[in-house]
Amino acid sequence: MDLNTITEIVRRPSGRPGTEWREGDAWLAGGTWLFSAEQPDLRRLVDLTALHWDPLVASDAGLEIGATCTIRDLYAFTPPGDWIAGPLLARGCEALLSSFKVWNAATVGGNICLSLPAGPMITLTVALEARYDLWAPDGSTRVVDALEFVTGDHRNVLAPGEILRRVVIPARALRKRAAHRRFTLTRLGRSTVFLIGTRTPGTDDLLLTVTAGTTRPVRMAFDGPPDARTLRQSIDAVPADVWFADPNGTPGHRRHLTRHFAEEIRRELTAGT
Amino acid sequence: MTYLVNGRSFHEEPEPGQCLRTFLRALGHHGVKKGCDAGDCGACTVWLDGDPVHSCITPAFRADGREVTTIEGLGSPGDLHPMQRRFRDAPGFQCGFCTAGMIMTSATFTDAQKADLPRALKGNLCRCTGYRAIEDAVNGVAGVESAAPGKAVGRSVGAPAAEDVVTGRAEFTMDTRLDGMLHLKVLHSPHAHARIVSIDKSAALAVPGVRRVYTWQDVPRRRFTTAIHTDHLVDPDDTRILDDTVRFVGQRVVPVLADTVGAAEEGCRRTVVEYEVLPAVFEPLEAMAEGAPQLHGSDDPFVRDPVHNILLELHTHIGDVDAGFAEADVIHEGTYFSPRVQHAHLETHGSIAWMENGRLNVRTSSQSPSIAKVKLAYLFALRPDRLRVFCKRVGGGFGGKQEVISEDLAALATLDTGRPVCFEYTREDEFTTASPRHPMTLTVRLGAKADGTLTAFQVRNVSNTGAYGNHGGETLYAGGSAVMIYRCPNKRYDAFSVYTNTVPSGALRGYGMTQPAFAVESAMDELARALHIDPLELRRRNIVRPGDPLVALHDGPDDVAFSEDSLAKCIDLVEGALARTADQPSPGPEWLVGTGVASSLHETAPPTEHVSEAWVTLRDDLVYELAVGTVEFGEGTSTAHVQIAAGQLGTTPARIHLVQSDTDRTGFDTGAFASAGLFVSGNAVLRAADAVRDRILEYAATYTGVHLVLCSMDDEEVVCGDRRVPLAELVASARARGIRFTAARKAYGTPRSVTSNTQGFRIAVHRVTGEIRVLHSVQAADAAVVINPAQVRGQVEGGVAQGIGFALTENHHVDDDGVMVNPNFRNYRIPTFADVPRTEVLLVASTDSVGPLRSKGMAECCINPVAPALANALHDATGVRFRSLPLTPERIYSRLIEKQSVPTGPGS
Repeated sequence: MDLNTITEIVRRPSGRPGTEWREGDAWLAGGTWLFSAEQPDLRRLVDLTALHWDPLVASDAGLEIGATCTIRDLYAFTPPGDWIAGPLLARGCEALLSSFKVWNAATVGGNICLSLPAGPMITLTVALEARYDLWAPDGSTRVVDALEFVTGDHRNVLAPGEILRRVVIPARALRKRAAHRRFTLTRLGRSTVFLIGTRTPGTDDLLLTVTAGTTRPVRMAFDGPPDARTLRQSIDAVPADVWFADPNGTPGHRRHLTRHFAEEIRRELTAGT
Repeated sequence: MTYLVNGRSFHEEPEPGQCLRTFLRALGHHGVKKGCDAGDCGACTVWLDGDPVHSCITPAFRADGREVTTIEGLGSPGDLHPMQRRFRDAPGFQCGFCTAGMIMTSATFTDAQKADLPRALKGNLCRCTGYRAIEDAVNGVAGVESAAPGKAVGRSVGAPAAEDVVTGRAEFTMDTRLDGMLHLKVLHSPHAHARIVSIDKSAALAVPGVRRVYTWQDVPRRRFTTAIHTDHLVDPDDTRILDDTVRFVGQRVVPVLADTVGAAEEGCRRTVVEYEVLPAVFEPLEAMAEGAPQLHGSDDPFVRDPVHNILLELHTHIGDVDAGFAEADVIHEGTYFSPRVQHAHLETHGSIAWMENGRLNVRTSSQSPSIAKVKLAYLFALRPDRLRVFCKRVGGGFGGKQEVISEDLAALATLDTGRPVCFEYTREDEFTTASPRHPMTLTVRLGAKADGTLTAFQVRNVSNTGAYGNHGGETLYAGGSAVMIYRCPNKRYDAFSVYTNTVPSGALRGYGMTQPAFAVESAMDELARALHIDPLELRRRNIVRPGDPLVALHDGPDDVAFSEDSLAKCIDLVEGALARTADQPSPGPEWLVGTGVASSLHETAPPTEHVSEAWVTLRDDLVYELAVGTVEFGEGTSTAHVQIAAGQLGTTPARIHLVQSDTDRTGFDTGAFASAGLFVSGNAVLRAADAVRDRILEYAATYTGVHLVLCSMDDEEVVCGDRRVPLAELVASARARGIRFTAARKAYGTPRSVTSNTQGFRIAVHRVTGEIRVLHSVQAADAAVVINPAQVRGQVEGGVAQGIGFALTENHHVDDDGVMVNPNFRNYRIPTFADVPRTEVLLVASTDSVGPLRSKGMAECCINPVAPALANALHDATGVRFRSLPLTPERIYSRLIEKQSVPTGPGS
C-alpha cells in the first residue's frame, strides 16, 4: 500500500548506512512486509538492496547469506552434496505464507528482522545453528546466536538503527541429518507450528527447534537420544506464556501439535541407530 | 528516472512511499487492481523484467530502469495472449476482478508450476469461482460455446464483457480519473459505545491539502436504513450518516476531505475527538437482559423493544407443538451457532461523486444503483431528476453491496464542495465496518415417530443484528425457509433480532437462511442417528412434496408454488454419487473418514417488493439494444439476459448490445440480490424482447400481407410464409413511417417458485491434529431450465467454495473490547486454490418455475447446505457433534482427545 508519510527514499546509501540513521527511518529490503501495512511513524526509507551484498557465499566453513538475499535466490541455491541438511533451505522457503511472486523481492534478512513467530527463515537459521552479524549505527559490529535474536512476537535484539548484515550457517550444522514437521490451519497457510530436528551423523545428539507455536524460537538439546517421556517433559517445561495465541493457532493446540510432531521427529531421527 | 511500462516510457515521478500499483494506475493502467493492498490477493500482479510481483507491496521506485508489463501490455481485444484466450474460453472468471492477476501469474508458469497449481496459485485469491474454472483456464480446457441464431438459451455462451475482462479493459468502479478529484478518508471510532463530547478539527484543517473535516453536525439530520430494499419500511430508520453516538468499534466519526489520500489520512490522525465512553454489550442474550446498556432510543416505531435492544421479535406457530412432542417417540434438541463471516468480495466498497450540469453523479460499487439513488435523494432532499447513480462492472458483491454505505459520504462532500470526490474502502474497512453475516444462535427441537415422521418442529432463533438494524428484520423472516422444507403439522418459530455493540450485520449470500439451515440440517442428522434411520431417508420421509403447502411462519395465502418433486431427486442424486465413491481410500491410518449430507430450499425471489424494467430497441444498425438496471458483479445475469433476448428475438448474442445499471440509461431495477437478477429482471427482459419481436412480426405481416402466424424471426431476416424479408428493409420501411421497434416491460418478484438442493461430503479428519480433508464433494441442485450451463456450474462451485470457507477456514476474531483482531486476508483466511476441493455438480431439470423460460436463479441456495453437510460428515467420522462454526482444527482436536485418549507415541 502507499506509505503516505514517507517523504524520502535514500536510494544510494553509504556502505555503512547506520551512520545516517535517524528517528523515523526504516531499512528497506524487499519491502514486501513494510508496504503491506500502515507505517504512520516512518518518514524515510533507506534502500539496503542498493548495497549489493553477496546473496550467498558457500565455502568449506559453511554458508553465508547476505541479509538482502532474496527468498528466490535461496530457493534456487543448490547445496553441496555433503550438506545433507541442505534441502531444509528450500523447505524453509516453502513454509512462507507468501507465494513465489513475493519471493522475487522478499529477503531472508527481512523475514528474520520482522521477527514473527512463524518466520521460517528464523526457524531455519536457528535449527542450523546460525549466527547473525549485526552492524550498529556507530560502526561497531556484533555477532549474536540466531537463537537469541528473536525475543518475542515482532520483537528482537536489534537496537534502533542496527542492521542485520549477514547470516552465517556453519558447515557442521549443514552436514547433519534433519527432519521437519509443519502444521497450518489452512492448506499451504501460515505455520501454526514449525519444528526442525537435527542430528549429527554418528553421534547420539538431538537438537530440536520449536517455532511458530511459540512467541520466540525454543531449542531443546539432548546429548543422547531422549525417550518419548523425556522429550515430552522438555516440551511441557516450556513456560505457558511462550505458547503463542493468534488467528493461526491457539496455545493449547500448538502445544499439542508440538508434542505430536516432536515425537515423530524423535522417532525419525533415532530410527536405525 | 524513466519508467518503461508495456514498452512505453513515462517521465512521471512516483511519490517516495508510493507502491507500484498506485503509480501504474495513476499512469492509466487500471487493469492493475487493488484488492487487499497488502500483498495477499495477487489482483495487482504485474511483471518486473518478466518476473511476476505483487505491485501493491513493490516500492514504485524499484521499477526505475526496469521493464514493467501489465495486463494491458500482455494482449488486447482481438489480439489476446494465449493465457488471456484460455481465461476467456474456460471461462476462468466470474466478477473478473482477480482475473488480471490470475493471468499475469499463470502466464509465467513453468511446467512444474502447472503441475502444482495449489502452490503456484497460493498468492492469488478468487472469491467467486471456487477455482475449478481457473484450473480449467490454466490448463486450456474450454467451456464456452457458440450459439446459432435463436438458440442461445441452454448454451454456455461467454460473458458479453469477456474480452475486456481478460485484457484488463473492463472498467470497475475505481478505474477512472477526474480532474480536481478530492479524496475522503474516515476517522473511525475506537470505542464500542461512546458519546462524542467534542471534536477539535483545527489541527486537521491545518494539514496542507485538507479541505473539509466533517462531523455529525454537518450532515442532514435524517434517519435512514443502509439496507437496500424497494420498500424501505421493511427496515428500521435507525442510522444517521454521522451520529453523535457511536455504537461499534469502527463506526464513522469524522470524514476528512483532502486533495490527496495522504493528506486526508493525516487529517484523520490529527483530529482530536473526546469521547464519553459508555458501557457496551456484545452478545444478544446479554443485550436482552434487564439493565443491559441500551443502544438506541425509541424514535422509530419499527424497533420492537428498545429498552431490551430488541429490534424485532417473531412468534408464530401452526398446530400445537406441545401435542406434537407428546406424540413423539424420539425428541432431539440442540443449540447451534453460526458466527459472523465476511463477504470478502475482492473489490472493496467505493463511490466517486461529481457534479455535471447541476446534477449529482455517483459512480458506485453497488448491487442496486436504483435504490442507492432513492436513498441519496431522500438523504439530501434532491429531486430524483437531479441525480444519477450508476455502476460499471462491480468486483463481487455476495450481498455486501446490498447496502448504501459509501455513496452517502461521497455525495455529501460533492454537494458541499462542488468537486469530484472519491471514497474508497480499505480492506480493513471491509472487515471492521461493512456488514457481515448475522451471527445466529438457533435452538432446534424436533419430535418424530419411530418411523421418522416429524410430529413437532420448534425453532428459536436469536440473531445479532449488530449496532444497526439494516437487514436485521428480513433475515429473521428468511429463517423460515429452514422450517418450510419439512412437512409437519405442528411448527413453532420464535425469533429475536437484537442490537449489540458490534459491526452491523447485513445481507450475505443465503440471506438469513444459511444459519438456520446449519441448525436444522444438523438437528435432522442428529435425529436420524437417534432414530437409527439413514439421514437421507429421514429427509425423504419429511420433505415437502408437490401438493404440500409451504408453511413456515404462518398458514395463509402465499405466492410461492412448486409442482415437481425436485428435492427428492436431489437427495437421490447425492446418495448415488456418494455410493459410487464409497470405496475411496482413506488418506492413512491416522485419518477418520465419514460422510454427511444436508438439504436446503429457497424461494426464487425475495418476499418483499421487487421490481425490474427492461427496454429493448432494434437500432438502425440491426443491433438490439437491451437496457436493464441489473448490475453485473459476477453473478452472470448479463450473459443470461443477453441469451434470453437473443433467443426470443431469433438472433445471436453478438447482436444484443447490453446497457445496464445506470439510472440515466435504464429503467428502475430493485437490484441483483435474492436471486432476482435472473428470476425477476430476466422476466422483464423476456417480456420486452417478446414485445419487440411481436411488433416486428406484426409489421412484417402487414408489410408482406402474409398472416402473422406464418411469420417468424430468423436472425437478420423475418420469414413470412415463403418470403424472407431482411430486417434492414423492415426497419427502413418502419422508419419512413415514423415507427421504431422498441418496447419496455416490467416484471415483479411475484409469483415465486422454489429451488432446492442437497450437498454431500465425504471427509477425512486427522485424529491427532484435527485437520479436515474433503475427499468428495457433490451438490445436486434443482437448476430447472438452464440458461447457461457453464455459469450454473460456476455459481454452484463458487457457492460451495464460499460455504467451505465459512465452515472451515474463516474466523472473525474479536477481542474483549469489540475490536476485530484479524481484519486482513493474511489472517482472515478465505479459501485459496489449495483449500477448495472440486465439487461434482448434478442438476435436476424441473419445469415448474415461473421464472423466464422456466429458469431459476442458482447463485444463492447453493451455499446453505454446505456447513451442515460438513458438520454431519465430521460427526460421522469422529462420533463427535460440533454445533458451533467454524470447524477449525484447534476446535476439533481437543474434543477428539476428550472422546478417545489418542497416544502420540510409545511411552507417552
